[in-house]
Amino acid sequence: MARLELNQLSKRYGDFFAARDVTLDVADGEFLVLLGPSGCGKTTTLRMIAGFVEPTSGAVRIGDNDVTQLPAWKRNTGLVFQSYALFPHLTVAQNVAFGLEMRKAPRSEITQRVGEALELVRLGHLGDRLPRQLSGGQQQRVALARALAFQPDVLLLDEPLSNLDAKLRQEVRVEIRKLQQSLNLTTVMVTHDQEEALTMADRLVVMSEGAVRQVGSQRDLYERPADRFVAGFVGRSSFLSGSLETPERFRSAGGIAVACRPSTVAIGPATLALRPERVTVTPEAISDVENGFVGEVEFVSYLGGLIDLHVRLSPSDLVIAQIPNREDGFMPRTGDKVHVGWTVASASVFPGSGDDADSADL
Amino acid sequence: MRGALAIDSRKLGRWALLTAATLAMLYILAPLISVTWLSFYEQEIPSFPPEGYSLRWYKLITGNARFVDGLLLSVQLGVSATAIGLFVGVPAALCLSRFRFPGRETLNNLLLLPLMVPGVVLGTALYVFHVEAEIATGGRFAILGSTLGLLSGHVLVVIPWVVRLVLASLAGFDRTLEEAAQNLGADRWTTFRRITLPGILPGVVAGAMFGFVASFGNLEMSLFLVGPGRTTLPIAILQYLEWKIDPSIAAVSVVQIVLIGTAMLVTDRFVKISRVV
Repeated sequence: MARLELNQLSKRYGDFFAARDVTLDVADGEFLVLLGPSGCGKTTTLRMIAGFVEPTSGAVRIGDNDVTQLPAWKRNTGLVFQSYALFPHLTVAQNVAFGLEMRKAPRSEITQRVGEALELVRLGHLGDRLPRQLSGGQQQRVALARALAFQPDVLLLDEPLSNLDAKLRQEVRVEIRKLQQSLNLTTVMVTHDQEEALTMADRLVVMSEGAVRQVGSQRDLYERPADRFVAGFVGRSSFLSGSLETPERFRSAGGIAVACRPSTVAIGPATLALRPERVTVTPEAISDVENGFVGEVEFVSYLGGLIDLHVRLSPSDLVIAQIPNREDGFMPRTGDKVHVGWTVASASVFPGSGDDADSADL
Repeated sequence: MRGALAIDSRKLGRWALLTAATLAMLYILAPLISVTWLSFYEQEIPSFPPEGYSLRWYKLITGNARFVDGLLLSVQLGVSATAIGLFVGVPAALCLSRFRFPGRETLNNLLLLPLMVPGVVLGTALYVFHVEAEIATGGRFAILGSTLGLLSGHVLVVIPWVVRLVLASLAGFDRTLEEAAQNLGADRWTTFRRITLPGILPGVVAGAMFGFVASFGNLEMSLFLVGPGRTTLPIAILQYLEWKIDPSIAAVSVVQIVLIGTAMLVTDRFVKISRVV
């Protein structure tokens, strides 16, 4: 395995940037996840690493080699396709052997390595089957074995779990992660599923509109989102638009004054983002909370262990609160007046008070 | 009351379908059956009812040099034309399905043209071209009446079949498989040989099969292009028919049907042509 470096990688189609100045450094043995909505450039980036998309500018380095000009077949990356792309006319074992054959490995070594790779994904007994005789989950494991058998420098995963059903997906992502850790594989995965991203990655890259928005650990992205997009895409946030009056005071369009941690955001129009589970909801006023407001419950969704509440604080300010469903807990109903509160550290402030679509996932 | 009516009309529909299908089958098979029957007649004049049955016509045609030579030439022509047609047609189909370029539609139609132009027209055109070419080169390019000239015409007949059927199978071919092969270290040629070709093989084989049959049975165009003393089987049959009508023609036809039918069945065992056609 080797280190992977992307240096200001861009792909332009006419005036449209599919990827713009993507600079990333993936350490040896690191699991990096490219996360973003469809069309954000994550797949383009992955395909530039694999050599299927020629970058307009920038460079790809694998280990000590600049591979930007190399065709896909000389790059030594192992790619697991979303559709698996197993060769339908070859058996499972022949599929897995393909990469080794291309590298002119001796017959005995091929047999041994194919056996090992299939054992790794627990399919040693199915080597003689054709891909169409396998279940979706098994096909996915064959694709993984095929991508690993020839010992690539980098493992690339293109939405590898999207064709599996929900239950299997949870098992497989743990399996892949364990395998990646035990083999110390340098891995780049593309996904739009944030839960998948959060559970598997060492480090995440959030992309949108072709550009990298933020790189960091799960915690970095969640606790300190770099911008409004990340705050809305990773986890959920409610957004209040308004303006920053002093570095530590935000006033919403509806007139609510919120104390927040000192930020570098300029005084002026701003947006406040708030994590739903950081909002407390009580029937009575709480004395020891920095930001306490009274609001009316507008919508309740009962999620089992959790309850989602939409609380209106003013005609233009809506906050989402997620509270645990406890035996002794109270259960607000639509129309109830409740007290909501949150600490200074719970909110993030971003420049601009746009009413754009970032809050669509409220 | 209404229930009974509904069942009746469904039954009626099924009977109507069955009858139509049977009639259509009969319509298709009747000539084949009657030709086969005729080929075993004892008497020379094909009249009904037969006076008896024999294999004399089969014996007769195997001793007829015109039929035997015609068959050999037709097979040689068909095989060579098919080989060349594949060599040209498969890459052409690949280009047409993979690349968007100016004139792509024109090229696509041009490659199908020989299928749509009547054989007589195609034959006349080629004949005129051969004559003109010979005159223009002062006789050095004497292609008229040569085997090469005949072969080039037959290649034209084969190409549309190959292009059309390979295009059809390419439409159902998942190109991610090619990327997967390249990711595993296969260069373009290896990818084509190991992944693409096996994937489109039914189309290639079907194209070859139909191309061969089209070349083998071609009469109108060949009439213009054959040289003295060298005739294809369909021309040999036509020439024989000018002098007499006896069951030996039926025997020749049966031999043809059996040859092509066998080829189809054998091929279908290895490659499922039915998936493409």
